[in-house]
Amino acid sequence: MYNAKAVILGIVIFVAIFSSPFWTSWIGKDYTNTGVVLPTNEKTCIEDTEFMRANHMRLLNEWRDQALREENREYVSALTGKKFAISLQNTCMKCHNNYAEFCEKCHVANSVYPYCWTCHIIPTEGK
Amino acid sequence: MFSSLVLVLLIAAIAWILTGAGLAPIFGVVLPYAAVLVFIIGMIWRMVYWAKSPVPFCIPTTGGQEQSLSFIKQNKIDCPSTTWGVIKRMFVEVFLFRSLFRNTSAEIYEESSVTNGPRSIYYSSKWLWCFALIFHYSVLVVIIRHFRFFLEPVPAPITWIEAVDGIMQVGSPRFYWTGGLALVCLVYLFLRRVCSRKLRYISLFNDYFPLWLLLGIVASGICLRYFDKTEISQVKIYLMGLTHFAPISAQGINEMFFVHLTLVCTLLIVFPFSKLAHMPGIFFSPTRNMANNSRRIRHINPWNPPKQYFTYKEYEDTYREAMAEAGLPLDKPLDKAAE
Repeated sequence: MYNAKAVILGIVIFVAIFSSPFWTSWIGKDYTNTGVVLPTNEKTCIEDTEFMRANHMRLLNEWRDQALREENREYVSALTGKKFAISLQNTCMKCHNNYAEFCEKCHVANSVYPYCWTCHIIPTEGK
Repeated sequence: MFSSLVLVLLIAAIAWILTGAGLAPIFGVVLPYAAVLVFIIGMIWRMVYWAKSPVPFCIPTTGGQEQSLSFIKQNKIDCPSTTWGVIKRMFVEVFLFRSLFRNTSAEIYEESSVTNGPRSIYYSSKWLWCFALIFHYSVLVVIIRHFRFFLEPVPAPITWIEAVDGIMQVGSPRFYWTGGLALVCLVYLFLRRVCSRKLRYISLFNDYFPLWLLLGIVASGICLRYFDKTEISQVKIYLMGLTHFAPISAQGINEMFFVHLTLVCTLLIVFPFSKLAHMPGIFFSPTRNMANNSRRIRHINPWNPPKQYFTYKEYEDTYREAMAEAGLPLDKPLDKAAE
């Protein structure tokens, strides 16, 4: 092998970079569950859990457009057919009133920093 | 072109159907581990293979004035004559794609008023450089962004990159520029091969397959983020299980995720055996990693056989008596040599 020193250094750097998903995940903590605390006063959200988990951000975005741009404050659930007022503060946060134990649990762990709170007030429990 | 597209679609479809049929452990556990192993071992094999290949000649590409007399200005980056110069050249090559920037395009005019006949024209062609550079940097940012799934807690620099990438605050989840740019660049790289007759003629399966595969990966990733969504907390838990060698059930993760993962694994498996191995290959290119110093330092071809020397001393020792008989002058006369 020619230039063995440089080549071996290169191979070591290569392996270090491309095995990084493994060793970097050992540096921090393990992540085995979200630790979300669900509200106790209601059994179901406005849509089914699977949908809400994956698509709540899209729903919220649509709600913003509906409420502020279309002046439509009524949402009909595809799951139950019930009507809900389109409002983050009055509908969502009626049950999901604990920001630190609900929103933040997944958002911080997955580095999701939505811009909800540039307009809305972050809910704090008991206040 | 179509066979490679069909192959990529087939891989995606197989991943989709079989994970739906309950074979998620194969595509979500066995395949990623196998792919990472094949990728790392394959790349090491490739690098060692290159390192073992001798370089018979000093063949750096000279892209400017070489080192000459002191009053002639040397182009130290495009025609380096020292190791430090080679390092600078390699840096510019790797980070800014210098030689693609120098790309020219040739065209033949059938009738030209200059020559009153056919004439070939060369002009600077920067499109490939532009899109290739944007593509590579976009993919780099995309890969760095993915580390939010491997790290707990997510370090601040990743958050900063995400904030800059999604700075337009379009939609929710926020639209990331790099994802869109990577897709646009890939489409350009593909159309470039299809639309130019010359390039279409020289393009092979090996050229189209990585393109379709990357298009598939980027498209499925974009789809997974904006359209056919899955819960990313679940994905992070799943990936952390993989990186901690304690795989968990893939319950609750949709098929699109496994299509994305399978295509990435396919890329990793193909990588060391395809033209994508230019990643370490650039460092092994004699046209880039050698200094243009052949007038100062002799380059010895490593595969030259060992030379058979027969020095004059040995010659005289062998033929001394015959030479003395013939009366030829000797360094060591016969009577002295006998002593």
